[in-house]
This record gives sequence, structure tokens and C-alpha cells, in this order.
Amino acid sequence: MVMDLPSELEFSLVTPDRQVVRESVIAVSIPGKDGYLGILPGHAPLLTELKPGEVSYTSAGITHYLAVSEGFAEVLPQRVIVLAQASERPEEIDLSRAEEARRRAEEILRQVESEAEREEARRALERAMARLEVAGRASRP
Amino acid sequence: MPNVLDIRRRIRSVRSTQQITRAMKMVAAARLRRAQERVINARPYAEQMMALLRSVAARTEDRSHPLLANRPVERILLVLVTADRGLCGAFNANLIRAAQAYLAEHRGVEVSLLAVGRKGRDFFRRHRVRMVGEHVNVFTRLEFAHARTITAQIIELYSSQAVDAVDLIYNEFKSILVQPLKVERYLPVRPIEPAEGQVLVDYMYEQPPEEIFASLLPRYVEAEVYRALLESQAAELAAKMTAMDAATNNAKELIDSLTLNLNRVRQAAITKEIIEIVSGAAAQ
Repeated sequence: MVMDLPSELEFSLVTPDRQVVRESVIAVSIPGKDGYLGILPGHAPLLTELKPGEVSYTSAGITHYLAVSEGFAEVLPQRVIVLAQASERPEEIDLSRAEEARRRAEEILRQVESEAEREEARRALERAMARLEVAGRASRP
Repeated sequence: MPNVLDIRRRIRSVRSTQQITRAMKMVAAARLRRAQERVINARPYAEQMMALLRSVAARTEDRSHPLLANRPVERILLVLVTADRGLCGAFNANLIRAAQAYLAEHRGVEVSLLAVGRKGRDFFRRHRVRMVGEHVNVFTRLEFAHARTITAQIIELYSSQAVDAVDLIYNEFKSILVQPLKVERYLPVRPIEPAEGQVLVDYMYEQPPEEIFASLLPRYVEAEVYRALLESQAAELAAKMTAMDAATNNAKELIDSLTLNLNRVRQAAITKEIIEIVSGAAAQ
């Protein structure tokens, strides 16, 4: 039996304060907690937590990049939903703020002993790194 | 016969009340615009989160997690979202009436109340209701952090099995004129019903399901509580605007009728004086 695979995915990315993306796309890449996941139409249902990183999606031949922080993603054959705590497009990222956040987190990691605070700082560092990485990206074919 | 001075004094007092109601209407309108924007922006996330959870509830085969477990409902947590302040028409009265109807309907089960907003708390403090928590003065500066504190309390009660279900009563903001009252069950999550002939397959889990569910639960409640708070705030401001507009119009009508009355009384007094003078002159 031949299965009909959909040729496009409905991709939506939302954060508590806005809808960031809602588009028909042909491929999506998301930062799963255990590594990046590349998703094409017809993917089996999948549920994952996200770690801060880079989301990219391709629509109309152009690949777009976004920074996301912690969240979840639900993958269905015709749909990908990303629920993130925060997300920015490259042009929305405040470079100096991200840089400052990175320095602060590194400072804490160097000096502070308490494990809870270190964990908090590690997360902050991950978020800052994700932002810095995505800030340098431009949409491209 | 009312005297001219008394009527003048009343007009003055009604006019100053009118100035206050007009100012309150303006303030409500200005704040409403911001609140409306916030609630509209917060909706997609809350809706997608709800959709995700319902999909999870329908697909997953492991129903042991509290998020999905359907225990027999013996104790319910009712979260009632009212306003902190009055002067917004029947807004709070409707909510309280709905909560009372809810309590009457669930007489057989033990309902505990979590009051958000001063009005609901004040009302039910005087009644025999088990109040497990109160959050007042959250609407002056509504932040995501408020939703987080309320959520922490809900999760604590629900995970420790102190309650078997969580319901919410709040006002939804549809438009300036329509704010339907909502009674919704948030926990346990209601699974989606698959369409005819559709089979919902379980997910592949990138992480162990318990781990995902454990971090998903607070995010879900947080998002829904935050949305409900924003909805309620926008609805309250809309109700306040409408109520203050009506009050301003009423004041205007009152002033008009008092002015008419004033003129009549003044006329009557003048007429009376003329009659006195004329009849005085005729008598001589």
C-alpha cells in the first residue's frame, strides 16, 4: 500500500505574548532537548521538549531562522506546533543585551557554588548563546 | 415648594458626579485598549497549548500521569476570577451569581474556592465556603508572574490529590458589548475526539513521557490562567466603560430635568411677586 504523503506542513510558532509564525512550509528544523530534529511533511507523531536554540523553516524556497528559548513541540504528519517561552527573528534580537546576559551568566558560573543558581545561569547562558548565534543569520535561498 | 437655592445646589452636586463618571469612563477606555491588545496577543499560545494537551490526552496510552488521570471527582477546586473594584455594572454580581449556582449544582462534592479579585473574595468570605487561597489587587498591574503564583497553588493542590478537578469561572472578552461568562474545566484535560474513521496514534517521545508531562503541566495551567486573567481584565474594563457611560448620560438627564424644574420654580416665584405687586397696587 502506498501512503499519500502531504507535500507541505502547517508550521506555527507561538509564545505567550504573540503568534510569531503561521505558515505553510516544506521543512522545519527544531532544537529538541536531545538534539536538533529535521522535520519533513508526513513525519510520524512526535512530542518533544525544546532547549534554547535555532528554529529554521523553509517556505517558498527561502529558509528563515528564529531564536527560541525553552518550550515544547508537537509534530504531526501535516502540522508542527512549537510552543516556546520566547522567540525572536534575527532582526529583533538585541545584540548588546544578549551579550550582556551571556557575560552575566558566565560570571555566575565562575563564582557561584550553589547548584540551583548554577543551573539557572546555565539556562540563561544557553538562551543568550542561541540569540547570539541566530542574530548573525539572514534568511537565504 | 422647593426653593431655587436648593435646586441649584443639587444641580451642582450632580454635575460634579457627572465629571467623575466621565473621567472614569475615559480612563477605562484608555486602559481597555491596552488590555484588549494583550488578550488578543495571548490567545494563540493559550489555544495552541490547550489543543496540544487535548491531543496528548487523546493519543497517549499511559494514563497514569495526574495530568491525564480521570479520578472519580469528589473534590473540586473552583477558581473564581472577579474584579478588584466595583463601579463596573453587573460584572461582579453576575460572576458571584454564577459561582453560587455552581456551588448549588455541586452540593454532593466538596468544592474549595480559590478567589482571584477582591470582590469575589469579600463576598464568599462572608459565606460558608472553603476558601483555599485568595489573590487580590492583581489587576492594577497584571503580569505573567501573577499567573505563575496562582498556577503554583493550583498544581500543588492537584498533584497532591487534594482536589480531583479544577474548574474556572471568568468573563471572556468578546467585544466591548459582549462579555460572556465562562465556566470551564481545566484539569483533568479533556481529550479531543477523533474524527470519523481517524485513528489517533500515540507519539514517539523524545524524552520519557513522564518527564515531558511533568514540565508540560505547569506551562499549560500557566498559559490558561494568564489568558483568563487578561480576558477578565479586558471584560471588566469594557463593563466599566459601559457602566460609566450610562452613568454620565443619566447625570445629564437628571441635570436637564432639574434645570427645567429650577426654571419653573423661578418663574413661579417671579409670577407670584408680580401678582403681589399688582394686587397691592389695586388695593390702594
